[in-house]
This record gives sequence, structure tokens and C-alpha cells, in this order.
Amino acid sequence: MIYLDFEKPIQELEEEMNRIREVGEKNQVDVSTAISDLEKKIIEKKKQIYESLTAWQKVQISRHPDRPYTLAYIDYITDGSFIELHGDRNVADDKAMVGGMGKIDGIPVMLIGQQKGINTKMRQIRRFGMANPEGYRKALRLMRLAEKFNMPIITLIDTPGAYPGLEAEERGQGEAIARNLYEMFRIKVPIICIIIGEGASGGALGIGIGDRVLMLENTWYSVISPESCSSILWRNWDHKEEAAEALKLTADDMLKNKLIDGIIPEPLGGVHNNHEEGFLNVKREILSQLSTLQKLSAEKLISKRIEKFEKMGVYHE
Amino acid sequence: MWFKRNKDGILTSTAEKKETPEGLWYKCPACKEIMPAEDHLENLWVCKSCQYHERIGSEEYFHVLFDNNKYKKLDEKIKPVDFLNFKDTKPYANRLKDATENTNLLDALQTAVGKINGMEMVVACMDFSFIGGSMGTVVGEKISRAIDYCIKYKKPFIIISKSGGARMMESAFSLMQMAKTSAKLTLLSEAELPYISVCTDPTTGGVTASFAMLGDLNIAEPNALIGFAGPRVVKETIKTDLPDGFQRSEFLLEKGFLDFIVERKQLKDKIAAVVDMMYYSRKKK
Ligand SMILES: [Zn+2]
Repeated sequence: MIYLDFEKPIQELEEEMNRIREVGEKNQVDVSTAISDLEKKIIEKKKQIYESLTAWQKVQISRHPDRPYTLAYIDYITDGSFIELHGDRNVADDKAMVGGMGKIDGIPVMLIGQQKGINTKMRQIRRFGMANPEGYRKALRLMRLAEKFNMPIITLIDTPGAYPGLEAEERGQGEAIARNLYEMFRIKVPIICIIIGEGASGGALGIGIGDRVLMLENTWYSVISPESCSSILWRNWDHKEEAAEALKLTADDMLKNKLIDGIIPEPLGGVHNNHEEGFLNVKREILSQLSTLQKLSAEKLISKRIEKFEKMGVYHE
Repeated sequence: MWFKRNKDGILTSTAEKKETPEGLWYKCPACKEIMPAEDHLENLWVCKSCQYHERIGSEEYFHVLFDNNKYKKLDEKIKPVDFLNFKDTKPYANRLKDATENTNLLDALQTAVGKINGMEMVVACMDFSFIGGSMGTVVGEKISRAIDYCIKYKKPFIIISKSGGARMMESAFSLMQMAKTSAKLTLLSEAELPYISVCTDPTTGGVTASFAMLGDLNIAEPNALIGFAGPRVVKETIKTDLPDGFQRSEFLLEKGFLDFIVERKQLKDKIAAVVDMMYYSRKKK
């Protein structure tokens, strides 16, 4: 178990509980009362901490190493029926962007998302979830496939941004993202986009045009990461916490500003504390949204999708 | 950069850019040649000796493109607001106030309708001088409304991009302008109206990852910086020097992302020629 700095009080209580358990076992003493007291305390502490998280703390949780990544969600919600599909049919198979078909409660869907690596080697191979142009083009290929066979599309977003490499620029990173934005507005099947971790910039938006855009409770979504924002506007890296606050990047702020359609609750203490409950919440939300969206005609879906994004923005006149 | 000639022929820098060109001199930042400002203006702010394309603003591009410099501006009154109360080293509200005072503009994009070689078109042009040509809500809204105008009156659409990318001080609102402008371009396309994207120096970030790369034709001025990630960020990623000409117009043409490169002096005629073929002279369906 890895604890973030602000989770230290929880860590202390959990370590104390483990000590008491060990002592109890060793000496054959009944410690159940002490344990249940501590369990209650831990729940209280978690509630207390998790109800008043700062924007920066939420950014930290969104990157928690124990937090599940895209393929873990997909495996659970498709109950093992997922078949991964590879390649953009042009350049390569981008390991930072995964996708494929699966059934959710019997409904065939196309699932697409950025994938972070689960160990040092895989983190390199998956470029920390930063996709290349061929990743965005693979995503679009799979979306068109889904459209052809009338399968709803689910995208799971978790990226620190599109990959800023030399080859990515050579192969048109800007064009690849732009093309996805454009084409996603013309796709005739329902699209549900869910931010499950980090939603940074055009790299996130490149698979983020949906009839429903939802955020898990402890995730963030913005035009830039708080660190990069600090380095550009304050000209050093020390203002990431202020930047996180100023960017209004939490799920609550994004919903209040009408830039997303809803928030999916996480289990107490964040989804890194209880993967399965998080997966279930996501699955339930997808099924409930699909039951509404699948009743709409393709024309209706597209016109409402365009209208929603058209309204985004505040100005004087 | 502008210089004023004083009595003994010594050149001194001056900010009085709007003064009558007579007696003013232009020093090219690329080849350091000094030439009469009047000639430089006549050459559409392109260095006569090395073809360096000076960065110019929307009023200048309207002058370059529209017949007899005649055009009507659209949606002139839309103004940005600091609705997030964003503050870094300086409140965004103050940045907006300063930018407006310094540039006489309300935001980083102006839209206008007028005739180009006799053919009516809508032109949206970005101003780099307004907070680095960054794209916020107003840029998105003005493009969105210009597209509505094009669809209503059946006019071709031109965007001249010149931008550092999204405007951080408008946070996710600025990000969503990428989506909003792309959404509206699908409607323009359905109406079968041509859209020409002109990339000028610089066209980067969120602008490249949305409308600048979505033209029926994507064209560019020579040697313009065009890319998604800035060269500094790419250099930090790959930890070696970037190849010569990386992310310049000629590089993008070679890699297949531009239809052609056009010198500013030919910009008007080239746009007119393609729009004529794609739209005004085509056989109607
Ligand atoms: Zn020169």
C-alpha cells in the first residue's frame, strides 16, 4: 500500500491496527473490540480527509500508483469478453492507446483508451499513456468500425498529454487530434467518454468528444497540467498547487462550469482503495447512460453532441 | 522593427509604428538589411532582400486579401471575461485590460466579410499581439459565428492562424474551443462550402490540433513554425538538438500535411484561384 502525504493519518491508523492484530494472534488474545474501534476511526478519518481534498490533492490521487488503468476497467466491465484490436493500418500499433470489442451485460461495445504501464518496462513501452498520432488514428479506425456495426463507443481517458516527441510531430500529432475531434462529431453511434485518471489537454480531448462526458470523482481535466502551467505562467515549478486551484480542473468545478455531464463516485478513500467498487460504479453508469442514448436516432445524437460543445464558453457582448 | 531616420542618418528605434511611412525605415530581423518602410509595406511586410515574412496582424491581412481594402467586420463587440477569476503572477482581468490597451483589439481574432478578386468570402484572422494569439472563448465563439454566417449566406471560409495555442487563463474553456470549432467545421463541410486554413508563423498547440489542420486545403506562408508541441518541449523530450527546419512549413509540406506553401504576395491570388475552382466556377450539383 502506498500512501500519499495527506493520507498519513490513515496510514498511522492502519499500521496501528495491523500491529494490534499481530499482537492478538501471537498472544492468543481477543482484540476484536480494539480492531473494530480502529476500523470505525479509519472510516471517519478517510471521510474527513476525502471530503475536503484540495485540487492538487485530487491531482495526486488521479496519479496514485495503485489506481487502476484502462485495461483493468475494461477487463472487469466486459467480464473477460474483451478482444483487443491493434494498429492504425498505416504506421504502427501504439501501445499508449488500446482498444477493442467487448460485451457489457450482453451489449457489444467498442472500448478505447490511453493505457499507462503497470511496471517500469511497460511504462516505457506505453510512454506513460502519452499517445502518438498513430494512437489517435487507431482510435478513429476503431470508432469507424464501431459505427459500421452499430456498437456504442466507450472511451476511457487517462493521459498526461499527447506525446511531444520528434516522430509524433513528423507524423502530424496536431492533425491526428484535430481529425479525431472533427470525426467524433460525425459518428452515428452513442459515445460515452470517462476520465478515469488524468485528462490533460488535447491529448485527452482527442478521444473526448462524446454524448456523455463523465469524470470519476478524484480525477482532473484541463487544458494543461498544473506543473506545466506553473512553469509557463510563474516561470518555475513551485506553483503547481496554486495552478491546480486556478485551473478549476476538478470534477466538481468541471460540472459546475457545464464542461462535463456528470461525476461517477469513487469508493471511500479513492478507487485505489477498492478497485472492484470503482469498476462497478463505472459499469453501472455506462449501462444507465446507454439505455437513454440508444433510444436516440443518429441525427439526434449528432445534433445534440454538436449543440452541447457549441454552448461552451463565457463572453460579454 | 521600425526605425526613424534622424538628421545625421543615425538610426534609432521608435515605437511610432503608425506614423506616416515617409522617413521611416525597416530593419529586417533575419538579414539585417535596412530599407524604406514604405517599400516594405508595399511588399506586404515581406523583406525585399531575404523574403522574411514579418509577423503581421488581422488588419494587415485584411489589407493583403480584400479588394481595395474594403470589408465588413463581423461580431465586433464580443469581449472576453475573466469568469474563472484566474490569477497567476498577474490577474487575467489585468492581462486582458493591458492587451486591449496595447493592441486596440478586444481579443486574438477578428472576422470580416469582403471580396477577394471579386469573390465574396469570410476571413477569420488571428492576432499574435493579443496574448500570443492564444485561443480562448472569444476566438472560439467568433469562429463559430463566422461559420454560421458562411452557412447562412453560402460563403467560403478562410482562417489565418497565428497562435501560441490555447489560452491557459481560460483553462478547460479554452480546451473546449478546439472541440467547438471542429464541431462547427463539420456543419460547414456538410453545407459543401470550402474552408481554407492558412498557417502563418507561429501556428502551434491547440490551434494546430483543431481548425488549423482541418482545412479542405491546408496552406502556409514560407518558413512558418507549425506544430503541436513547441520545439522547446520536443527538444526536452528527445534530449538532442532538433534537425534544421524542424516544424517549419517546408518540413510539413514534405511530411504531407500541407497542400502548398504560398508567399504573402501570392496569397490573395492563390486563395482566389482555388476558391474559384472549388466553389464559384464549379458545376453545381
Ligand atoms: Zn531580410
